[in-house]
Amino acid sequence: MKTVSSLLDSEWYKRYKAISKLNIRSSIYDVTNRCNLRCKGCFFFSSGEDRAAQEEMDLSRWERFIDREKARGVNLAILIGGEPTLCMDRVAAFYDRLPSFCATNGLIKVPRERLPDMMVGISLWGDEEDEKLLRGKDTFSVSSRNYEGDPHAYYLYTITPRQMGKTERIVRRIRDAGLKVHMQLLSNDEGVDAFSWQPSQLRDIRAEMDGMLEMFPDTVISSKYYHRIITTGKMLDRTFGWNECPSVTQPLDPRDPKPKHLIGFIRWACDLKTMHRCCTSATRDCATCKDGAAHMSWVMVNKRAHIRSEQDLKNWIEVYEMFAKLYQFLPW
Amino acid sequence: MNREKDKTDRILRIAEIMINELKLEDVTPASFDPDMDLVDEVGIDSMDLATVALVLQDEYGIRIDEDDYPKLTTVRLIAEYIEEKLSE
Ligand code: SF4
Ligand code: SF4
Repeated sequence: MKTVSSLLDSEWYKRYKAISKLNIRSSIYDVTNRCNLRCKGCFFFSSGEDRAAQEEMDLSRWERFIDREKARGVNLAILIGGEPTLCMDRVAAFYDRLPSFCATNGLIKVPRERLPDMMVGISLWGDEEDEKLLRGKDTFSVSSRNYEGDPHAYYLYTITPRQMGKTERIVRRIRDAGLKVHMQLLSNDEGVDAFSWQPSQLRDIRAEMDGMLEMFPDTVISSKYYHRIITTGKMLDRTFGWNECPSVTQPLDPRDPKPKHLIGFIRWACDLKTMHRCCTSATRDCATCKDGAAHMSWVMVNKRAHIRSEQDLKNWIEVYEMFAKLYQFLPW
Repeated sequence: MNREKDKTDRILRIAEIMINELKLEDVTPASFDPDMDLVDEVGIDSMDLATVALVLQDEYGIRIDEDDYPKLTTVRLIAEYIEEKLSE
């Protein structure tokens, strides 16, 4: 039987042991149905999830709900929306109770005196031109001012096909603002013209993402294996999709047998009762889904499948470390 | 004498369940080192452990609490845990 230590040298084995017992149990929370932007291709609004449930307005109900989530074993709350920073009291209620991560468009700064070390992931959809086209606004100029040099914030750069050849300038600007960046790919849920990925573009963008990681190793939080998985949808000899996806809300998961999945994962709507099918929109076609977190988790839950060669196991470790850094289970 | 044999048998049976449930390759119950760390060496995660725990619960008629998973890091420790539960 192949064992971990038989495949790794002592340095890599140390890295493996630093993550092997982390046992991350995440769930996702829609903090609000509202947003101060309306981006074309936002899965939340395009699939009508903003109307799926009535927002719970009573803060004490949120507090009790979060306590129940903690008791259920959740140790990472991923706050999305809408725009969570429109409801800072709810964000703070999570922060006080659980390790929390807040996704935001960065237009409103989280008050660091109240939430000093909460990890913030700032969405960015490209350069000024694409941001204006897709989001109606160049958010970078505002968000980079709000978060410049913040050690608990990074950009979540959603790359679109139109960004090919332009990523270096973006990454450079992020580095110059003293921030980190993680890259993912647009799924184009609203079918905006020229924003859907073609196979040859996916090959090219993979090479470009690899190049960014090599050029800016201290700024880009990523791994080449993750780039391969997200651009090809292939892991080992398997293909990503509904039958493999780990990020399906557990109580709604009809699959039998179930693939390896995130234990106890739920994506909650902001009425604190309704559950969504998965970490992204239920109307999305799994065959073209490019959700970054789902692809990362797909690798992470399939650890033993990677204990077959030194390189496979190292690939797994790099993806797990990347996730652990993005959600503050490991330092940058 | 009998207790020792029971213990050895239980270790072999747990190893067998683990090999079957997790489809571990190139290992037999007899060659499975009962002191090998399941997480650090075999790469077992909590979902794997939950799968194995379900079968063990059926087989031994005991309840394995999820909070106890972090203690169950080797086949020998699982055997001792079951023994303790059986004597409760
Ligand atoms: S900022 Fe985020 S939540 Fe708001 S519309 Fe854009 S993608 Fe959707
Ligand atoms: S849309 Fe994506 S995240 Fe959702 S179930 Fe399908 S593959 Fe998974």
